[in-house]
Amino acid sequence: MHDIRVICRREFGGYFATPLAYVFIVIFLASIGSFTFFFGNFFLQGQANLDSFFLFHPWLYLFLVPAVAMRLWAEERKSGSIELLLTLPVTTLSAVVGKFLAAWSVAGVSLILTAPIWITVNYLGSPDNGAILAGYLGSFLMAGGYLAIGAFVSALTRNQVIAFIVAAAICFVFTASGLGVVLEFFSGWAPRALLDVVAGFSFLEHFKDIARGVIDIRDIAFFSSMIVFFLFANVVAVEYKKNG
Amino acid sequence: MTTMVAIKGLTKRFGHLLAVDNIDLEVARGEVLGFLGPNGSGKSTTMKMVTGYLTPTSGTAEILGIDVREDPIRAQRRIGYLPEGAPAYGDMTPEAYLGFIADVRRLSGKARRSAVARAVELTHLDRVLYQPVDTLSKGYKRRVGLAQALLHDPDVLILDEPTDGLDPNQKFEVRTLIREMSGEKAIVISTHILEEVEAVCSRAVIISEGRVVADGTPDDLERRSRHYNAVSLSLPPAGVDAAREGLRALAAVASVERRDTAGARAELVALPADGGDILGEVSRLVRENRWEVDQIRVERGHLDEVFRTITTGGSLPASGDGHA
Repeated sequence: MHDIRVICRREFGGYFATPLAYVFIVIFLASIGSFTFFFGNFFLQGQANLDSFFLFHPWLYLFLVPAVAMRLWAEERKSGSIELLLTLPVTTLSAVVGKFLAAWSVAGVSLILTAPIWITVNYLGSPDNGAILAGYLGSFLMAGGYLAIGAFVSALTRNQVIAFIVAAAICFVFTASGLGVVLEFFSGWAPRALLDVVAGFSFLEHFKDIARGVIDIRDIAFFSSMIVFFLFANVVAVEYKKNG
Repeated sequence: MTTMVAIKGLTKRFGHLLAVDNIDLEVARGEVLGFLGPNGSGKSTTMKMVTGYLTPTSGTAEILGIDVREDPIRAQRRIGYLPEGAPAYGDMTPEAYLGFIADVRRLSGKARRSAVARAVELTHLDRVLYQPVDTLSKGYKRRVGLAQALLHDPDVLILDEPTDGLDPNQKFEVRTLIREMSGEKAIVISTHILEEVEAVCSRAVIISEGRVVADGTPDDLERRSRHYNAVSLSLPPAGVDAAREGLRALAAVASVERRDTAGARAELVALPADGGDILGEVSRLVRENRWEVDQIRVERGHLDEVFRTITTGGSLPASGDGHA
């Protein structure tokens, strides 16, 4: 735990030592604001809830979260500092988890900074704040899922641009796997059961209910196991690279 | 002497390339081992395996009896390592960076403060403590890397090209520092600056194509040079031919070479037949023939010549030290 905390603190500081965290937060807040109020017809709906706000989270995370995750390992490999990190007396698992938690905290800070939207909806009406809290929780968990994918991809390359593009592509597949664009690819040749499995991995589907305030243990378990699985893959990738 | 580092049958293969080929080596407390070799000979790869960054294809290394493959964390606690190129987190200041290293090394409170202060003092970083590492000169970056390696006062120091990029004054300081620390530690430095080996190392190991090809004190290695105990004479060009003939006639002299010089004097070098002392005979010859010699000098071996011969696959006269 000590090692995870130390690495997380350094990594979190690293985000704010460069403009990256600020750019991420500003772009996230600006886009989520404009999406919610203009495309989401927040006012026209005349309903005191944040459905139109949460609706766009998966799509924003799709390209913003890989941008946060891309540097985690690729930059260390590029600058050579990975050799330092891996020869310090810390386990690979601590390094992987510490870095992930730092990036997740950046996402968490961004979510907390969307509070004005929550205040607005409370000012205009009386929303179900329990449902909104559930939405935030779900969104945070989903961000963790995207981040774990991004961190894993980042461990495979020394090039941040490649890390970003590949992670965004994988995130897209997971986001949209319940939609026609992905399912069409499988339908026709894959058996029905496989189609269901693919559709079952859709972030959109799992987030949909949480965004409406319905906390289903299966959705929580889905995102949690995505995080655990990709962090495990991350550890394997870092260890594998030690073979040269 | 306590063995601090024991490298056992260490081998690393990258695809078809055999980078390190079954190296065995022991380093004792108090030793400063100079790891020499041409670029790509496997020096850095060996260091990366000993410190746990690369997994060996076979073999292992033990740090104070702890196997780096079985218990890397405990082994790494005892090692201070300066990787090749002295990488660091460029967006941090040396102060924050050393603080992070101290935290990872589980130093806290007073011990943390005094460890950081000591490392800063030893490497003279006080002037740049609050500037991001990325903005520092190459010399300062290298010293930040050194400070990081020294921070926890480790038993084993592994430094990959510690003086690369430093100016002559800084090189002198770092060498002095290494010598001062050497008593209680085992230190391994890699370098291709041969004067450095003479300046700080108590032992030199030359590796070529992944194998240890020579192992001995710097003096032992010099002894293997053709020029060890050679005698050079400086004399006017007119007398060169006669002198050359005279020297060749000596039984103890293997050959005589003329060395190109810039000035008006010519220089002849008499190489001894078996590395023996020929100064007496040469100077008697000079006196008997009344040659106009204005300088006569016994040469030490040339380490760079030994290095070149060994690493390019040439053979050297066998030496009496029993190594290699």
